[in-house]
Amino acid sequence: MRIESFDQFKTLQAEAGKRDEAQPKKILVCCGTGCLATGAKEVAEAFVHEITERGLDVEVGYGVKSTGCHGFCERGPLVAFLPEGLLYTKVKAKRVPEIVEKTIIGETIIPGLLYKNPVDKKRIPAYEEIPFYKNQVRVAMRNIGRIDPTDLMDAIAHDAYAGLAKALFEMTPDEVLDEVELSGQRGRGGAGFNTARKWRSCKAAPGDRRFVLCNGDEGDPGAFKDRSIMEGDPHSVLEGMIIGAYALGSHEGWIYVRDEYPLAVVHLQLAITEARKHGLLGENIMGSGFDFEIQISRGGGAFVCGESSALMRSLAGQTGEPRAKYVHSTEKGLFDLPTVLNNVETWAGIGAIIANGGAWFASMGTEKSKGTKAFSLVGKVKNTGLIELPMGTTLRHIIYDIGGGVLKDRPFKAVQTGGPSGGCIPEELLDLPVDYEKLTEAGSMMGSGGMIVMDDRTCMVDVARYFLAFLTEESCGKCVPCREGLKQMLAIYDALIEGRGNVGDIERIETLAAGMQLGSLCELGKSAPNPVLSTLKYFRSEYEAHIVDHACPAGICRDLTAFEIMPDCDGCHACTKVCPTDCIAGEKKELHVIDHEACISCGACLDVCPTDSIRTFPKVELAAKEVV
Amino acid sequence: MAEQPCVDLSKTEEILASYPHEEPSLIQVLQDVHRAYNYLPCDVLVRVAMVLDVPLAKVFSVSTFYKAFSLEPQGETIIKVCMGTACHIRGAGQLVEELERKLGIGAEETTEDLQFTVKTVNCVGACAMAPVMIVGEKYWGSAKPARMEKYLAGGGEDED
Repeated sequence: MRIESFDQFKTLQAEAGKRDEAQPKKILVCCGTGCLATGAKEVAEAFVHEITERGLDVEVGYGVKSTGCHGFCERGPLVAFLPEGLLYTKVKAKRVPEIVEKTIIGETIIPGLLYKNPVDKKRIPAYEEIPFYKNQVRVAMRNIGRIDPTDLMDAIAHDAYAGLAKALFEMTPDEVLDEVELSGQRGRGGAGFNTARKWRSCKAAPGDRRFVLCNGDEGDPGAFKDRSIMEGDPHSVLEGMIIGAYALGSHEGWIYVRDEYPLAVVHLQLAITEARKHGLLGENIMGSGFDFEIQISRGGGAFVCGESSALMRSLAGQTGEPRAKYVHSTEKGLFDLPTVLNNVETWAGIGAIIANGGAWFASMGTEKSKGTKAFSLVGKVKNTGLIELPMGTTLRHIIYDIGGGVLKDRPFKAVQTGGPSGGCIPEELLDLPVDYEKLTEAGSMMGSGGMIVMDDRTCMVDVARYFLAFLTEESCGKCVPCREGLKQMLAIYDALIEGRGNVGDIERIETLAAGMQLGSLCELGKSAPNPVLSTLKYFRSEYEAHIVDHACPAGICRDLTAFEIMPDCDGCHACTKVCPTDCIAGEKKELHVIDHEACISCGACLDVCPTDSIRTFPKVELAAKEVV
Repeated sequence: MAEQPCVDLSKTEEILASYPHEEPSLIQVLQDVHRAYNYLPCDVLVRVAMVLDVPLAKVFSVSTFYKAFSLEPQGETIIKVCMGTACHIRGAGQLVEELERKLGIGAEETTEDLQFTVKTVNCVGACAMAPVMIVGEKYWGSAKPARMEKYLAGGGEDED
């Protein structure tokens, strides 16, 4: 049915709601990229098969729903049961018949499938009670994991397009702008530019043709919130864009999606087709007289295309090279016409802001950073996954209460935020409330919300080098400070990790960093020194160890590190099985020995040793040992 | 230019027919071409440049700028090892090394029999399951070098 009026939309909403209520018992199978990788599709199919076979769909009204990402990817495939709110983790397809038998028909819980809290080892049956979920407040991700992203009616039953209907029929474009301004929302892509100010600046630009773009080129390694939003609730992105277009008087929009996100493209495309069919997109939206079209453009796989001017060039079919920022894209953007570009998460929040009011959004967060923010909590942390929290939540709360602490209870070393433009934040700043300003003050930045937790087995010189190598590869090469600065800096880091560092290297790095910050054309180059400078600021002694002692304190840099097995080894053979060079000798139940000549210092043995009997020591000490 | 093209251009014509013949279509067309041929053959680039009315030099520039494009034929199965931060600190480098030992090729290389191409990619956004490796369409989370044979064979369920 094509919606021709506000009343018709309300009728559709009521229908969708009724359909949802008619089936209160649901099995939600997470089918985000993470869970799909561990076999979620097979699990969903097995449930459908089992439920239909036993006639439960007709008799009890049971429904199986494939949803977007529940966020708790590491425990996938995840299956939730409604209305009980029960959550099973790591569900395998072969266990589905047993689950249907015991849990659905027998109404008993299978303890082995429940989530086990790593903090107190207790198993928790209810979704809502799991600390990972309990502490979240979801705005942009409000419907992810609750709806079937390929089903428009399901989305509408969960308030999708309600904000759009309100904007189109009850508000003028200027009122929409005022409401967004009241919310205080800032760009979720990283830089944190005020959304309303960006829109106003575009609206004030002369001309009749303007564009609304969505930046789905989530390039920061370690961040995947935009992927999950596009995959799990594509309608929230469309709704936000249509509202934005209405406020700005734009009729053409594009979503630029990373080529590495194939499922996001499929779900967005389907959402666009469905929305168009129902009159929620295209000509005369909901009979309001407002027209707006959205197209999808797949990126070519270049990190720099997340930068606004590069993205617009890429959309125009060109190489993604940024331009100087004195020309604002709100005035001269795509095809040199006024353009608003916002991040996926920014757009996803707009519908909720209009539906619930700007004041509601502004009531959350800190003074300058309003609302909630999505983060991907990954790295060496127990509960990895996707979370959304009010701005101002402390890092400690995120890592320890939600994340459950550092993996294997190793000592915490740093948390990296902001991707290659961000920095590493040390333990002494764990009580930092997370918002745009506080992260920048700490020498990092918000970026796209990646939070990578690092333990004592992480070398900070290696981390900084990792980002430099990443950026050297991704620098578009247009301006010299970025292209050459990165290359030279990387050469110094290569020397450091190979034990060829010299006194004065740190100073040389700092000089290069200052030059890049001053002289680079775009933010990629300007912010490239952040990982370097933040690790230098907080972990300088580690650099000095590399230079002066030719040692890597974390035991990561291979040219500087040797391994040995301590006498408490119980000879379990775990290490010999994983050693890629077969350099560990020793009979079962007897002390093992590493052949230093053949060892490549990869650390595979250390990671698997159940008794923690393998230790690293500086390679320079090896010579002394051999003499003894 | 009189030589016969060495690839079948009919697929290219089909792709070109589905896009407006203008510069903004270039990247989308190249992506479809890449999918159809598994790389960007030279003759196709010439044809794309002509039809879209974009200088060949520009088509070449775009083809070499983006990571998604290759000018060399790719292996039948593409192995992508994620090099995102989370994967890096959880040992993605060891996966690449193991592939090198098993297949005799490094990153961005293709086996002589055109069976495998190994690529390193910048974060596939599945960081919670780091390190991640994708063999063909199949994602392997918490990938371990010791299980490489299984990943390459493409079969079996993940154990944990």
